[in-house]
Amino acid sequence: MSLTGTAVALLQVVLTIAAAPFLVGVMRLIRARLEGRVGPPIVQPWRDLRKLLGKDRMVSDNTGWVFSIAPLVLLASATLVAGIVPFLSTKSALDQVGDLFAVVYLLLLGTVFLSLAGLDAGTAFGGMGSSRAMTITAIAEPTVLVAIFALSVSTGSSNLGSIVAATLAHPATAASPESLLAFAALAVVTIAETGRIPVDNPNTHLELTMIHEAMVLEYSGPDLALIELAAHLRLVVFLGLLSNLFVPWGIATTAQPLQLLGAAVAVAVKIVVLAAVIAIVEVSMAKVRLFRVPELLAASFVLAFLAVTASFFLA
Amino acid sequence: MVGVALGIAAIAATLAMAAGCVLPERARVVWVGILTAASATAGGVAGIAVLAGSARFTANYPDLLPLGGIRIEFDALSAIFTVAAALVAVPASIYGIGYGLHGPSSRPVQVAYPLLVWSLMMVPAAGNVTGLVVLWELMAISSLILVLAEHQHNPEARTAAQWYAVVTHLSLLAIVVALLILAHGAGGESFAAMRSGAGRLGPGVTSVVFLLALLGFGAKAGVVPVHVWLPRAHPEAPSHVSALMSGAMVKLGIYGVVRVGWDLLGGGPGWWGAVVLIVGLASAMFGILHALLASDLKRLLAYSTTENVGLIFIGIGAAGLFASTGNRPLAAVALAAALLHVINHAAFKGLLFLGAGSIHSATGTRDLDSLGGLARRMPVTAATFAVGALAIAALPPLNGFVSEWLLLQSLVHSLPSKAVAVAVAMPVAVAVVALVGGLVAATFVKAFGTAFLAMPRSVEAEQAHESPRTMQIGLVALAGMCVALALAPTVLAEPLRRATVAVAGLSSGRPIHTNGVYLQLSGIQAGLSPLLLATGLGVMMVVALAVVRRRRVHHTVREIPAWGCGRTLQTARMEYTATSFAEPLQRVFDDVLHPEIDVDVDHRTESRHYIEAIRYRRETRDAFEQRLYLPFLRVLQAWGDGARRVQNGSIHRYLTFSLITLIVVLIAAR
Repeated sequence: MSLTGTAVALLQVVLTIAAAPFLVGVMRLIRARLEGRVGPPIVQPWRDLRKLLGKDRMVSDNTGWVFSIAPLVLLASATLVAGIVPFLSTKSALDQVGDLFAVVYLLLLGTVFLSLAGLDAGTAFGGMGSSRAMTITAIAEPTVLVAIFALSVSTGSSNLGSIVAATLAHPATAASPESLLAFAALAVVTIAETGRIPVDNPNTHLELTMIHEAMVLEYSGPDLALIELAAHLRLVVFLGLLSNLFVPWGIATTAQPLQLLGAAVAVAVKIVVLAAVIAIVEVSMAKVRLFRVPELLAASFVLAFLAVTASFFLA
Repeated sequence: MVGVALGIAAIAATLAMAAGCVLPERARVVWVGILTAASATAGGVAGIAVLAGSARFTANYPDLLPLGGIRIEFDALSAIFTVAAALVAVPASIYGIGYGLHGPSSRPVQVAYPLLVWSLMMVPAAGNVTGLVVLWELMAISSLILVLAEHQHNPEARTAAQWYAVVTHLSLLAIVVALLILAHGAGGESFAAMRSGAGRLGPGVTSVVFLLALLGFGAKAGVVPVHVWLPRAHPEAPSHVSALMSGAMVKLGIYGVVRVGWDLLGGGPGWWGAVVLIVGLASAMFGILHALLASDLKRLLAYSTTENVGLIFIGIGAAGLFASTGNRPLAAVALAAALLHVINHAAFKGLLFLGAGSIHSATGTRDLDSLGGLARRMPVTAATFAVGALAIAALPPLNGFVSEWLLLQSLVHSLPSKAVAVAVAMPVAVAVVALVGGLVAATFVKAFGTAFLAMPRSVEAEQAHESPRTMQIGLVALAGMCVALALAPTVLAEPLRRATVAVAGLSSGRPIHTNGVYLQLSGIQAGLSPLLLATGLGVMMVVALAVVRRRRVHHTVREIPAWGCGRTLQTARMEYTATSFAEPLQRVFDDVLHPEIDVDVDHRTESRHYIEAIRYRRETRDAFEQRLYLPFLRVLQAWGDGARRVQNGSIHRYLTFSLITLIVVLIAAR
């Protein structure tokens, strides 16, 4: 674990945390403009977080330690992933600590804790959100791992740094069928896992349609701030993964400050483009019924499966 | 060293059985617990010594029994399974002290328990057919007695024991036949003779031996379609015995398959691996789907055992497949993943069963739908059960994740491969492992969430209190093992190498490398460091907590009623139950599971537009039991009925039969 590697990992964590609320601000602004509204300024999510952090802590009297530590685990797992995923450089110190499988299971750890917290208050909505979130996560899991399989066949490793480096060395693989299919599969999962339309609606206030919001219904003040920040961070992590795994150009292969700066700009542009696409899709689509979501995820699984078979039969 | 430790284990077990026979009730429970824990510790030490590098231990007692006597061959593969058994047995025995003082403390139970622990540790050490069969039968019978421990007030235990007795003895039959064919063909009944002589058997005969062994040992391992006894018998045994049965006993089925298939027979054609892989995939999916819908906590855990054995079978089957295509280094990784999961599963499943036992002895129920709110009332049980649940869901940084990661790595790096079978099977295997992983997470969120969180759903759960100190020690010890196994990959690399090398038909080389805290695989460019992941998570949590604390000037926490979107009244009846939690996934897998759903609506007498009560009941029947076993049993029953009609007890009829027989014999012998 080299010193520069550690510095890169820390820089990634700090930058993604700083940028995540802004990204959500940008998405909200795009949506507002497309809907013909003025929309809030892009610093609004940060202002919300600051306001929430200043409030008193209120917990439901039914809850216990799970409710209290769930926001911390959720945020910690998301931050750790932000340090592992190659946002800026392939030389992050955390690269050997965990690979893509570790990233997937770390994100699952956060989901599991949030679901437990949803059950802890004992309200019907909390349980409903938890049950639905775990359903979607469980069905999304095969797509994620099979897509990783497809990626690692062509590069010979499930290590994030190695996958990125291999794509940089052989640019043609980025346009190969398996790569495109895996991208499409992971894009669907990203939408499901980050709770965007058409799977879940981040702005919903109708209880019966909520998934993520139903789980966090009982949270307020600083705890809610942690959860909101973690949700923003997970969005950045997923979009960063999507962009740098499939279109890695711009990423630094060393830890020189100038290269890192360029990489930061490049990855920011890629993420904002993806976020804009999601925002446009969200405006133009309705949320699907909960029991249609498995069909959507099954379709994404088929794409991922085709990606693996393509990597074998077209090789 | 190894011999001495095994000797101490045998002596301690004998003393424990004697204590179970002669001592009065209270002292009996205490001394049986202590002496069995000592016996298991000694057995564990022997196993660890072999894994740490002392030579394999052999001993021969030809006069101990008729036929071939008993031969002991204790190598690294045996040691893995003995250590797994000891790992559960030591905490379970200590736990059993507190559990037995308020539960099953009768003489047969207290005598059978040390015998079960000792035979579990010794079955892998057997080095000939006679020894294996005798120890195997000791294990089967002692566990059968323990399943029947509570038969007086639990009729379920009786049917469970019937199923168990029949399946376990049919499986013994298959095992004995397989080993006799092998011993006959190889010209000797010691494992050494069989290993060297297995080449003399033709390929057809070896495959028959393998399939019979797979059937027999697979039944003990609880894989589909011979799993039916497992979800019945495991829940009915006392909980520390369930922990042993699920944590250690089913593993001996896995041991048998590996030992006979890839050590004694030295491996075979690729389809052996494919069959084991398919059985594993089916068991994993089947087990977890039933666990997902179960609302009886111990039944849920039993089905989850079938699922985990399925994962281990996937590893072994994949290893067989890779070895047959010539990729032996990768086969070593897959086998190492399977063996590591054997140990990991022993730790967390043992822990979860002990936790279920604590819940049962505190509330008198195993039904998740009437539990709830136990985290406040039983903090130690809750915390340790949480560790077990996170570990079994393969979440980092706990031990389940390490073996699942190894398994996924071995499956993923099978491609590119020239073999079409591998190219088709591996994506399916990865998808199944992934889906199973997601469903396990959902299942254990359900189990932990409904048992321990929110408000109690019954008076019993409301009045629950923490279990006695000895039971807590057992829980904490196993939770500690789950953490320790996860954080110390360096310690595991060398033992796993020794164990995989012992399976000559499968693997070669060193599957896992470590440099300090990292886990690395031979020929695969991927690393993992559970220790650093855990550290990273811990540091991030502390930082987040510090930030939150700093921002809050006046440090106050207000306890308020749950908001629930502005509802004023909050009762336990409004909570999600285990049944309702699993409902969305049940709908998704409706076509596979065909659950039976009854909805009873009681109307008020005044008008049928007003509803008095609605009852919702969901039952998932085991498809194999319904379609395979029950029809077969019905045929047997019909046959029996027919025989009864022939045998009606009338002396005249029997005289007629005798006359007819006599005439037939006379005609035939003419």
